[in-house]
Amino acid sequence: MSFSVADVRKDFPIFERTIRDGKRLVYLDSGATSQKPWVVINAESAFYSKHNAAVHRGAHQLAEEATDAYEGARAIVAEFLGAKDNEIIFTKNATESLNLVAYAMGNAEAGNRFALSASDSIVVTEMEHHANLIPWQQLAKRTGAQLKWFKVNEDSRLDLSNIEQVITANTKIVAITHQSNVLGTIIPLEAIIKRAHDVGAVVVLDACQSVPHMSVNVTELDVDFLAFSGHKAVGPTGVGVLWGKSELLRELPPFLTGGSMVRAVTMESATWADAPQKFEAGVPNMAQAVGLGAALKYLSNIGMDAIAQHERSLTGYALEKLLKIPGLRLVGPQDNVARGAALSFTINDIHPHDVGQYVDSQGIAVRTGHHCAWPLAKVMNIPATTRASFYLYNDEHDVDALVEALLGAQKYFGKS
Amino acid sequence: MELDSLYQEVILDHYKHPQHKGLRSGYSAQVHHVNPSCGDEITLNLTVSDGFISSISWDGQGCSISQASVSILGDLLTGKTFSQAEVVVNSFSELMASKGTTSGDPEILEDAVAFAGVSKFPGRVKCALLGWMAFKDAAIQSQGESK
Repeated sequence: MSFSVADVRKDFPIFERTIRDGKRLVYLDSGATSQKPWVVINAESAFYSKHNAAVHRGAHQLAEEATDAYEGARAIVAEFLGAKDNEIIFTKNATESLNLVAYAMGNAEAGNRFALSASDSIVVTEMEHHANLIPWQQLAKRTGAQLKWFKVNEDSRLDLSNIEQVITANTKIVAITHQSNVLGTIIPLEAIIKRAHDVGAVVVLDACQSVPHMSVNVTELDVDFLAFSGHKAVGPTGVGVLWGKSELLRELPPFLTGGSMVRAVTMESATWADAPQKFEAGVPNMAQAVGLGAALKYLSNIGMDAIAQHERSLTGYALEKLLKIPGLRLVGPQDNVARGAALSFTINDIHPHDVGQYVDSQGIAVRTGHHCAWPLAKVMNIPATTRASFYLYNDEHDVDALVEALLGAQKYFGKS
Repeated sequence: MELDSLYQEVILDHYKHPQHKGLRSGYSAQVHHVNPSCGDEITLNLTVSDGFISSISWDGQGCSISQASVSILGDLLTGKTFSQAEVVVNSFSELMASKGTTSGDPEILEDAVAFAGVSKFPGRVKCALLGWMAFKDAAIQSQGESK
């Protein structure tokens, strides 16, 4: 149940290039986007060079092949998540997936289970990425519903002690992240899902930081909607996924309307096709979906449990090394329990932009800033952090290079 | 090293010993600017008397480039008229847009020519401009009031 990182790196052409005058590329920004293996690049390219046609229309061989490839990708995603094929909706990214749910719920008319009014509440957490916060803020504004949230405690975990006051009989939606993109904290979902379902609310899971890194089975989890982005899971940009339970997708109104999402159209009105077509108006991002299929097959062949295990041991190694650096403050769980491979930190009072710039000069790519989680940065009382995030192609050499570069940054900015 | 063209000595000096930091009262205009991509913030107070910029003071948090830039701005623009300041601001903006193709006019920009290297790092141009955009905004506000 393990794999060779050296072999994996050979699958990713980007590792053949060098950075900043011949330095080895140390890519520690997979939390933002992952690199792509040849199989994904080739699958996307082959769609264009061999099978390109508009899916679900056209009475010709190419249209058939394109449809097969696109629907084949949908089947791969479904199997990857433990879902049914017709529960998988292709979007352009997770942000669109989450907006789709929020806007579609906002379109629900009185009598529909998703219809919201001023007496309802929507629950989020302080840890949310803007993509799983702002759509709900906006939905609350449009409907008059109340926005409530779970707080983050000093251990960088979610404070669930007041779960019964936060999720109440009035709660219609609980939108939470599976893993914080800043802190790395993995959220214990069981209690939240149970409470949400007890009061009749649906759970929308932002799985951007979990689906690429661990085995996530929607049937076992028993969430109601789940969103992730292909590009963080070694897939192409421009494709994301929204999964929803069949019976909920049946009742959820459409978000975008137009071609190929209809059953019948007159000059006055239209009726909707069944899911997933109901939520895929227009010619979709076919080549990208096919690329995502190749990506998830690639990850499955290596094994999601093996990838999770690899990341866990690398995170343990990195925690040990980073916490030894004087002046480094890790922002997030200090131990390797229920946390993913995203490590945010500050060093002395060197601004993260300057840290990032220095380590970049050593060939190391990290993310700096508030990581699209501004409210969380305010709660943690830090304007910005540096974040290193790992994936299947990272190894201990990468961690060692980071540590050495951080010590170099301290020296460069006069802090050691 | 390429990095040294970004972090010139004069920039690191101003970062370690920022000038005009700490907000002064009795200002003609106060502005608050944020760089939404990184969360850097600055509050800038501008005082005008007899048509001259008599005081620039600021407070905020940010990277070495943004902090040093506003520190140097304070040195350069204090004591100038708005039309004199405009020449400097425009020259600095041009330098930041130059993508490393010019070295800046030392007659106009003085110490601020140290930022020429920043223009080669597109991710950092906004950092260098944060204080200057705040100044421009404050200048417009205070001139609006005096008219």
